[in-house]
Amino acid sequence: MNLLLEISNGALAITATLTGIGLVFAALLIAKLISPKSYSVKKAEPYECGIPTRGESMIQFKAGYYIFAILFLIFDVETVFLYPWSVVMRSLGPQGLLCIGIFMFVLIMGLAYAWRKGALKWK
Amino acid sequence: MFNFGKWTSEFNNLLMGFLPEWATVLVECVIIAVLVLLTYTVLALFYILYERKLCAWFQCRLGPMRVGKWGLLQVFADMFKILVKELISLKDTDRFLFKLAPYLVITSSVVMLACLPWGNGLQIIDYNIGIFFILAVSSVGVLGILLAGWSSNNKYTLIGAMRSGAQMISYEISLGLAIITVIVLAGTMNITELVWQQESTWFIFRGHVPAIIAFLIYIVAATAETNRGPFDLPEAEHELTAGYHTEYSGIHFGFFYLAEYLNLFIVSGIASLMFLGGWMPLHIPGWEAFNNVMNYIPSIVWFIGKSFFISYVIIWFKWTFPRVRIDQMLSFEWKYLMPLSLFNLVLMAVCVAFGWHF
Repeated sequence: MNLLLEISNGALAITATLTGIGLVFAALLIAKLISPKSYSVKKAEPYECGIPTRGESMIQFKAGYYIFAILFLIFDVETVFLYPWSVVMRSLGPQGLLCIGIFMFVLIMGLAYAWRKGALKWK
Repeated sequence: MFNFGKWTSEFNNLLMGFLPEWATVLVECVIIAVLVLLTYTVLALFYILYERKLCAWFQCRLGPMRVGKWGLLQVFADMFKILVKELISLKDTDRFLFKLAPYLVITSSVVMLACLPWGNGLQIIDYNIGIFFILAVSSVGVLGILLAGWSSNNKYTLIGAMRSGAQMISYEISLGLAIITVIVLAGTMNITELVWQQESTWFIFRGHVPAIIAFLIYIVAATAETNRGPFDLPEAEHELTAGYHTEYSGIHFGFFYLAEYLNLFIVSGIASLMFLGGWMPLHIPGWEAFNNVMNYIPSIVWFIGKSFFISYVIIWFKWTFPRVRIDQMLSFEWKYLMPLSLFNLVLMAVCVAFGWHF
């Protein structure tokens, strides 16, 4: 930590988190105190251009998003493996380069497979 | 270069002189919290004006001019107006998640803001995995947006949140890979060390071709991460009214608005940290006199200037390019940007392994 020499990073991270929570809480409190309040049945309706909502809104939605979420999971885990490698890359030398090359080859094969199967196509 | 750490350590010694240790830590934490809060609000207000003025000038308009000189006080008027608006509670919303979402969005951006290096010795959270920590925290913001869209019980918000989620998680991979490319060159994830490594020249010059490609990939991915520019599908006004925050009113909406602008600053700050040297002045090896002149400009000016410049470019994108379709956006990421960034990572690794860099 650079700003103040005596505090640990964990305490600073907690301070920042509490600051964020405090900001939202305080602003909401002020808004509740000074803003007007009224209630009507029509006002509580969801905003849909004046037409009443038809059916449920919390529905099962397009599966295309789900496929991309799974793909993201695979590649995000891969990125997590790449972070430690990238830090020690210099000390590993050519052998490390070869290993990560094989690792990335396997992953690119996975992407190619998904591509071939049509998972990247938006339908 | 002036080290701001001198001031803070003197202040720390002063406090230690007449307070017990736990009280010193407490007082310092409170001061840090107040500083972060002030920076957060001032930056967000400045960015709202910045975007509105730039947008107006790109379209040959004047922008806000009525409140204050050149409309400088417009944002304060807007914020006050948002604060006095009614908080409408809707029927059939998931109350708990609906109220939790702004907390997640704001808190993640505050923590990220606290990680940025503002100047020489002016940095709050400094983990040895700093940049990784920032990326990890940024993922929490996506969760907030998804919750906001889901809990509102409205089909527009649901579509907006799904698009936003798909877009942010997809482009996060390219963003991460562009950052890894620079970490390969630097060999560290600590933010202070990352900045000091760029003392001879900035990473974008040290890493030449792969670093420039990584910079371009980062800028595109960051534009998509902040739901801006040609990638603003989640808020496509003509189709979805306002996207995931349609149902939020008053200050509840204001939180999403503030967080959006702060995220713009944060991605620009990370870009200036990873590629343009953070607070490090422009140094050219061998030009001693030039380097000394550059050192006279305070480090905080360098950081803020670089960040504002990159934000300017991202705002410029928004008012220049037409919006893309969702299939175009996803195929651009998965079929072009991600293979390119993987290839670029290998290129950088080869360059570093054989010492082909400055």
